[in-house]
Amino acid sequence: MQLDGKVPGGPLEAKWDRHRFELKLVNPANKRKFNIIVVGTGLAGGSASATLAELGYNVQTFCIQDSPRRAHSIAAQGGINASKNYPNDGDSIRRLFYDTVKGGDFRAREGNIYRLAQVSENIIDQCVAQGVPFAREYGGQLANRSFGGAQVSRTFYARGQTGQQLLLGAYSSLSRQIAVGKVKMYTRREMQELVLVNGQARGIVVRNLINGELESYAADAVVLATGGYGNVFYLSTNAASCNVGAAFKAYRKGAFFANPCYTQIHPTCIPQSGHFQSKLTLMSESLRNDGRVWVPKNKGDKRKPNEIPESERNYYLEIKYPSFGNLVPRDVASRNAKEQCDAGYGVGETGYAVYLDFADAIRRDGKDVIQKKYGNLFDMYANISGDDPYQTPMMIYPASHYAMGGLWVDYNLMSTIPGLFILGEANFSDHGANRLGASALMQGLADGYFILPYTIGGYIAGTSLPRLNTDHAAFKEAAADVKANVERLMSIKGNRTADDLHRELGEIMWNYCGMGRNEEGLSKAVTLIRNLRDEFWQNLLVPGSDQDYNLSLQKAGRVADFLEFGELLAVDALARKESCGSHFNEAYQTEEGEALRDDENFCHVSAWEYKGFGNEPEFHKEPLVFENVKLTQRSYK
Amino acid sequence: MTQDAKTINITLKVWRQKGPGVKGKLETYQVNNISTHMSFLEMLDVVNEDLAVNGKEPIEFDNDCREGICGMCGAVVNGAAHGPGKGMTLCQLHMRKFQNGDTIVVEPWRARAFPIVKDLIVDRSALDRIIQAGGYVSINAGGAPDGNAVPIPQEIAEKAMDAAACIGCGACVAACPNASAMLFVSAKVSQLALLPQGKPEAAKRALTMLRQMDDCGFGNCSNERECEAVCPKEISITNIARLNREYLKAGFFSEFK
Repeated sequence: MQLDGKVPGGPLEAKWDRHRFELKLVNPANKRKFNIIVVGTGLAGGSASATLAELGYNVQTFCIQDSPRRAHSIAAQGGINASKNYPNDGDSIRRLFYDTVKGGDFRAREGNIYRLAQVSENIIDQCVAQGVPFAREYGGQLANRSFGGAQVSRTFYARGQTGQQLLLGAYSSLSRQIAVGKVKMYTRREMQELVLVNGQARGIVVRNLINGELESYAADAVVLATGGYGNVFYLSTNAASCNVGAAFKAYRKGAFFANPCYTQIHPTCIPQSGHFQSKLTLMSESLRNDGRVWVPKNKGDKRKPNEIPESERNYYLEIKYPSFGNLVPRDVASRNAKEQCDAGYGVGETGYAVYLDFADAIRRDGKDVIQKKYGNLFDMYANISGDDPYQTPMMIYPASHYAMGGLWVDYNLMSTIPGLFILGEANFSDHGANRLGASALMQGLADGYFILPYTIGGYIAGTSLPRLNTDHAAFKEAAADVKANVERLMSIKGNRTADDLHRELGEIMWNYCGMGRNEEGLSKAVTLIRNLRDEFWQNLLVPGSDQDYNLSLQKAGRVADFLEFGELLAVDALARKESCGSHFNEAYQTEEGEALRDDENFCHVSAWEYKGFGNEPEFHKEPLVFENVKLTQRSYK
Repeated sequence: MTQDAKTINITLKVWRQKGPGVKGKLETYQVNNISTHMSFLEMLDVVNEDLAVNGKEPIEFDNDCREGICGMCGAVVNGAAHGPGKGMTLCQLHMRKFQNGDTIVVEPWRARAFPIVKDLIVDRSALDRIIQAGGYVSINAGGAPDGNAVPIPQEIAEKAMDAAACIGCGACVAACPNASAMLFVSAKVSQLALLPQGKPEAAKRALTMLRQMDDCGFGNCSNERECEAVCPKEISITNIARLNREYLKAGFFSEFK
């Protein structure tokens, strides 16, 4: 089946405007008759819940944490892009659009990205109005900084806590709607099943994490804003509870999963220090504005960094990419770090780290200036590593960070299941094969504040939605399935915990589906994952009971999904016989070792349809049509 | 990480409690060969893995981002909320802060407004209710003026950001002898009272948020400064002074009662 993204026709600049006009409207008085479920309260889910409620819909919102304020958007550090052109350095909607298309290595939809760039400006205005304390210049104007993959300064920031401040902005709007009763908030709930009635998404079954009870909720449409699947690598910059569960359940019910092989490995993370490691901490990419990346010129040089003279240092990014230098996009920076370490130039105890050095910046600007810009990041680094980055270079290494792939959606952000909308990182739509820094916050808020609230109205107004409640047989069946699954997990009583099995899955994914991929490794990964899945279902140990708070049981359910999803990721990577952005198949590279695309055969979105447990998923294609940009070999030299 | 890792042995005393209405007690665990590079929560992971494999129930504790920003984690470690590190959450605490042979006592936040859910997990939904009572600017999506339309002096933006850094973890409440949430309330009231966008509702906000704080069962502030000492974001009690001013101003001069 050829998928249609339903991007409106006409000139790029006019598509969204035209579409908004053509979308059917729900009468203001009628909005209160419709119920919408939103799962997830990050930037996308939080902003969508608040905005839908402001419009008059009745919203039921669910989150896995104890409060909607804790979603992992909160950890985003560096900033949010917008084409405001406040610094007068030549930015425009078109430039942000172009940078994003190019940064994604020409594997995303033009129409979606242009719309994203258009609404980027509204997002900043909205957040300022909510009281988000963005950094300011002395004159009181909003401050901007530059970020990887761009040559203009278009990134707005609130110290190193931009995600936190934007999320708290969305959370405050959400709280206001909770107070007036337009949003009913359900915390500590984990979505276990999507409920379809007559092929439409009409509700969900969740597990109450406090008492283990299964609860069903019905609505006229379901919105998933449940984040990405980076934790399939076990070690990642994601929070512990980030998981693919909700998205995967939708996939099992018929929503296509698009481009799962596009996973971003972030270049600046604190390296792993032992087997016990539970997560990898990101150091904001903004550090690359002032930090210089280098490795020793001599293999296995064990001298302290300060003892290695300039002449024996290899500033490989600056040398290889003179025009972008340390600010090359994330995939390029990550791959180069891996290349240096694989070749034996890595530093630190494990040899899997490179230096990020601020000595020159401190000499040039003074410690105070650097402290003001990055103080909290430096403190964070010092605390985790025990080293002082003002005195000695940071050590960094890439780690799994962001999922560009996700559930397939059309221009309306609707999946292949009518009435199921997917927002933010959970969808696949805007970043192509690689996301640029400071674009995730932009996309999450664009989807939630300014896109979904329009498009969902078009769906509701144009669709027959018979009244129903959770007495419907579809809810009973879904709840029975979930109950059976929980009982199955509890009854195995083997001797390996979910964490232990997850760690092993992570090693498989990192070794064979990470920064450098090849067919042999990917095929091996598929076999290893299948074996591990068998091991999981025979040897899983879940202590405790399913009747009260039991994190081990929650993890077991999530790992079960990751064990299926990991295979899908590998299958997708195998099918994409080219290199593009974050997907680097070693068989397809230029003489200089850059990703080599095959636009003739792979200029498409790969969307996978579930065909039952253990069966090969079915491949579907959405061709990508570029009318406004010329496909070029990405170059950051 | 240039420091060499070493391993230490410790004795853990952890609060175990099945549920809200059940009696809890401290259980003792001998924990050996803990790398000093581990975070405190990774140490608990190791203990839990061991408990699970030996057929016992793991210690339940809240955590999520493990980088000090989500506000989900927290416990009182050796009498200090978030443990002995300054300006950090429990997940940021590393075992290099401890010595071989140490005994470490771990307890949940204790406050009337934070009922215990299980073991170290407490219910902090009262903090959400306080925000719902007025911790926002009443602006709908769409129609906001240009972000640069109202200049905000840098020092004001910085002060607002200092207050806005609150992660809502509840350590301030746990540390306060009155189990007061004044630092939490004052952080939000200050952030929005400082910024021009928050001024129109400043009076109402101070009154409704404090009223809600009382209704949730938190105590009042008696200037102990324990909150400031444990706050992982080092939020200053000058915010409480600002809250008090806002509250008084609102009480005397505002139309809103």
